[in-house]
Amino acid sequence: MKLIKFLITGIVFGIVMAKSEAISWYRIQEMFRFQAFHMYGIIGVAVVMGALGVWLIKKYHIRDYSGNPIAFYPKDKSVIRYLVGGTIFGMGWALSGACPGPMVVNIGYGYFAMAIVFFFAIVGTYLYGLIKDKLPH
Amino acid sequence: MIEILSKPWPWYIAGPLIGLTVPALLLLGNKTFGISSSMRHVCAACLPANIPYFKYDWKKEIWNLVFVAGILIGGYLAVICLQNPNEIIVNETLKTELAGYGITDFSNALIPSDIVSWENLLSFKGLFMIVFGGFLIGFGTRYAGGCTSGHSIMGLSALSLTSLIATICFMAGGFLAANVILPFILSF
Repeated sequence: MKLIKFLITGIVFGIVMAKSEAISWYRIQEMFRFQAFHMYGIIGVAVVMGALGVWLIKKYHIRDYSGNPIAFYPKDKSVIRYLVGGTIFGMGWALSGACPGPMVVNIGYGYFAMAIVFFFAIVGTYLYGLIKDKLPH
Repeated sequence: MIEILSKPWPWYIAGPLIGLTVPALLLLGNKTFGISSSMRHVCAACLPANIPYFKYDWKKEIWNLVFVAGILIGGYLAVICLQNPNEIIVNETLKTELAGYGITDFSNALIPSDIVSWENLLSFKGLFMIVFGGFLIGFGTRYAGGCTSGHSIMGLSALSLTSLIATICFMAGGFLAANVILPFILSF
């Protein structure tokens, strides 16, 4: 039962992603061609809203649902992994027209062929795990 | 009401709701918003094979898989209850460009059936876009330590410099693929 709140948060997120067409192949192509403001508007406002939330939580030391202080985990401090990994990810995003969240929404939406993209994303994840130590980070 | 909700939602409605996911997960369970890590958990659960990167207690991260299951249900509910009855509106310049590659079917709504389909698995461009594209997403997101949700929304919300670097590279890679690689692949 403790998990149901995450299920509900996911459901709301999925509906919003689908209804704003952020899961659409066309919207992603328009974004990378600077043909529409839509996706920039969504991500931009989402960041402002998220930043406001994080700021309020930090400022007022707001605790979570069970009364524990909220923990923030800083990401790894290196640069290479973000440059290389980020560029690889961005290319995959434009080629398939979906990032991990929208892939899942698309499958739920009935575009079952998106499951192929998802499957090969898991293959990519697996290969990364396999050769991680040989890559510059 | 249903009629209004069935229309595509504008960015200024969707943006705040998506942004609220960040504080919602923090407050509900002290969890950091991120979707791509679920793919790592799937690997750890199904085929850890003694690989150090997959040797951890994935059951502790089950909330993330439940969250992703919710996202799947959300997509289903959106199409069952709130499907847009009209054809998707696509930028005219993009439409013209796509028509040049033979992509003219917009009836499938959100995704061009000329590209993302099972039949296309047998063609070079389909293989490249959906198989190789998917592979790059999975590999790149783990290499970069996060995807659009983890870096561009969660990371930027926490004012992380490394997430800003990652986001800029997401955009750079996407820009390159959409404007240089994709036109080349689609012309086959």
